[in-house]
Amino acid sequence: MNDLMRRLLWLPVQASTFAPAVDNLHYFVITVTMAASLATGLLAFFFFFKYRERRPNQSTPVVNPSVRFEIAVIGVPLFFFLLWFVQGFKDYVWYTTPPKNTMDVYVMGKKWMWKFAYAGGGPNAIGTLHVPEGRPVRLLMTSRDVLRSFYVPDFRIKQDVIPGRYTETWFEATKAGRYQILCAEYCGTWHSQMWGEIVVMPGPDFDKWLQEQRSGLAERVDTGGDDGGSMRGSIVEYGKKIAMAQGCVKCHSLDGEPHIGPTWLDMYMRRETLESGETVVADEAYLTDSMIDPRGKVVKGYKPVMPTYKGRLAAPEAAALVEFIKSLRSENLENLPSKEAVYEPAKPAHR
Amino acid sequence: MSQPNLLTDNEKPLYPAVHYLNADRGVWSWLTTVDHKRIGIMYLVSVLIAFLLGGIFAMAVRLELLTPEATVMGANTYNRMFTLHGVVMIFLFMIPAVPGVFGNFCLPLMLGAKDVAFPRLNLLSLYLYWTGATLALSGMIMGGTDTGWTFYAPYSTSTPTTLFPVLLGVFILGFSSILTGLNFIVTVHTLRAPGMSWMRMQLFVWAIYATSIIQVLATPVIGLTVLLVGIEKVGGFGLFDATKGGDPVLFQHMFWFYSHPAVYIMLLPSMGVISDVIAAVARKNVFGYKMVAYSSLGIAFVGFFAWGHHMFVSGQSPFDNGAFAVISMFVGVFTAIKVFNWVATLYRGAIAVSAATIYVCGFLFFIVFGGMTGIAVATVSLDVHWHDTYFVVAHFHFIMVGAVIMGFLAGLHYWFPKMFGKKYHEGWAMVAASLIVLGFNATFIPQFLLGNAGMPRRYYMYPERFTTLNVASTAGSSLLAFGFIIILIYLIYALMRGELAGDNPWGSKGVEWMTTSPPDKHNFHETPVITQDPHSYQQPGEEVEHVVI
Repeated sequence: MNDLMRRLLWLPVQASTFAPAVDNLHYFVITVTMAASLATGLLAFFFFFKYRERRPNQSTPVVNPSVRFEIAVIGVPLFFFLLWFVQGFKDYVWYTTPPKNTMDVYVMGKKWMWKFAYAGGGPNAIGTLHVPEGRPVRLLMTSRDVLRSFYVPDFRIKQDVIPGRYTETWFEATKAGRYQILCAEYCGTWHSQMWGEIVVMPGPDFDKWLQEQRSGLAERVDTGGDDGGSMRGSIVEYGKKIAMAQGCVKCHSLDGEPHIGPTWLDMYMRRETLESGETVVADEAYLTDSMIDPRGKVVKGYKPVMPTYKGRLAAPEAAALVEFIKSLRSENLENLPSKEAVYEPAKPAHR
Repeated sequence: MSQPNLLTDNEKPLYPAVHYLNADRGVWSWLTTVDHKRIGIMYLVSVLIAFLLGGIFAMAVRLELLTPEATVMGANTYNRMFTLHGVVMIFLFMIPAVPGVFGNFCLPLMLGAKDVAFPRLNLLSLYLYWTGATLALSGMIMGGTDTGWTFYAPYSTSTPTTLFPVLLGVFILGFSSILTGLNFIVTVHTLRAPGMSWMRMQLFVWAIYATSIIQVLATPVIGLTVLLVGIEKVGGFGLFDATKGGDPVLFQHMFWFYSHPAVYIMLLPSMGVISDVIAAVARKNVFGYKMVAYSSLGIAFVGFFAWGHHMFVSGQSPFDNGAFAVISMFVGVFTAIKVFNWVATLYRGAIAVSAATIYVCGFLFFIVFGGMTGIAVATVSLDVHWHDTYFVVAHFHFIMVGAVIMGFLAGLHYWFPKMFGKKYHEGWAMVAASLIVLGFNATFIPQFLLGNAGMPRRYYMYPERFTTLNVASTAGSSLLAFGFIIILIYLIYALMRGELAGDNPWGSKGVEWMTTSPPDKHNFHETPVITQDPHSYQQPGEEVEHVVI
């Protein structure tokens, strides 16, 4: 039944955990829609036939609705609409809440290609994203210039990709294979050719592939030198380089010691209290926001002295910085708020 | 009616010796007229030219999409073509069409008034329309723009194409729309004939009234928005450009705050036309008159709070998405009320078969399918897949071409004898109407499936798996175009050599038919006094059967 409906409606294969949920509701909604519009059209046609004009200036009765009829024409559609809303919104909330154990990949859209960088040490790729089957993957996406939208029809996922901001989406692929990525938000001359591909590999194959890629990378980083805005090499290494070059570490320690700004050690996902009394979780969005608009949300106890890095950090550089911050974990993984003047010895970055 | 001007059966059609068309002569008398009927006719000619242009651009787009690869034009030309199609169809045709033509022509007649409240302002609206249209089109001749009619920032603020004249054109067109809306609101409030209480107004008047409220309240926002884009593009201020600290998503909020209600600026007048035409062809009172009238106001009100459903995947918060989704469902409920009432109006009527009837029938199917696919895309999880695909394209064409143009054509055929006192060839009209309904389905049903299959909109080239459906759609569009060409031919023929129609060929009880066709320069020789409910088809003194269902 599922397969029949899917083929009748020209839907592509269902290759993610989200796809069957979308399609099931789709079948329900579209069946009722077609039934209702056909019924209306046919009923109107039947009335045209049955009540056609028999003689000129024929008189007609005055027909008026009863209260029951009025309640029915409001109630029946509203019932269906709200039912669809409830189910659709439930599915949507599930779709917008990534699980905790995702594999993270940074995505950047630019004219007219998709670039990928795996969190936690590469590799990087243009156009093709390799992911494991049966494991949730989260995409943290931004655009270098204009709006785009990351769309994988076979997964039924889509998320706008916005310059100056990170948006996220996630999926769990259910079938090994190759799936097309399309850009769904008009972005200029070759919008229609901004294609990419997701290669879904069985878990063990993927692990092997990832390891090969990373061992290949190590050599390249050693010899690569500074390659500007390009995303070759480990993204964490790259982030560290940028932190040095931009002078971030003059104010942010890497070892837990509070300085002019909060330490970066264990900062990722730490719950911080702000000057305003609100609390905020230092996720990707907060970290990138704070680079662009540092005085917007200042952690309590610190002075709003950080200059903006707007225009000084390209999108992949900001992503690399976030990855670098994420790599700085002390062995004690309790996410305690920053304390004043607590000294913790520096620890090497391990993941 | 105090002065029923109806023909009896065997009387020969009359044609008044002096009427609004020949009361004054010369081009200058047209360009300086303050007669709402002449202004309506000038709008008719203008919007038909716009429709022809927009149609040519649409056919160019469909022709390119016949094959997956590049064929008749380059990528940049294609991007300009769909932008031209959207801008011309929406700002130059769809928004002014029904209010500008039938609103101007019929509204004062339906109220029993001599003209609109501010006749000179009405002429100014037309001149503003011409100015805006000329500017927008000149921008397109000067190289064209490629942003799509949505002008999304920051693409629009960074495109190298000629955007500024188009934006200025849209800005000026907005003023035309606002002034027309203002004029109609005041007209409805102040110029109703004796006895014309609010509950005796025809449903077309209610629909135009609701539309006018949206025009006056929402249009300033699009004016401001395009102005901001223009300022940003020229001055580089960084309002929407993220690299300068702006927010591209802010543009979308501002844009859709106008452009969602704008959908109802386009749709409500056509719904009003259908209410009037359906009463006339079925010789019936409109079933649930009050519900139909108030649902127009309901749509106008709720329509203001649904804009966020265009932005479900823009990064808007899930909570906001849920709120906008629920609100959107209510627009659907108001539309459903209207549909049920229209269909029930046909029950036990005396329905005349004509081209107008076919358009009504087509309209009913399109509004239900188009409306309910609207509910489908307002269902958040489904929209994630459909957003910015051909499913959305098909959905809004069902509403805008399906419903709006069916309403426009129904009105054009229904009021053509009123405007010119001539009859067109009913047989050809029915052939064209059938072709248009069929061609329309053949064009856009494949596009729903293309959206399901995952083809994004605004695609110049596409993966080969989408070929079959694109070929089907292009084939359908040629049927559609053929239907429109037939209409153009028989209407021009009717204008030149058509038979006389008589004052009221439909036997309609609308107030606009209570004067000669074409009407006198001052509409009525004596101010009509309204004594009956609207759309009331009972003969005086006749025993009326009352039915409640």
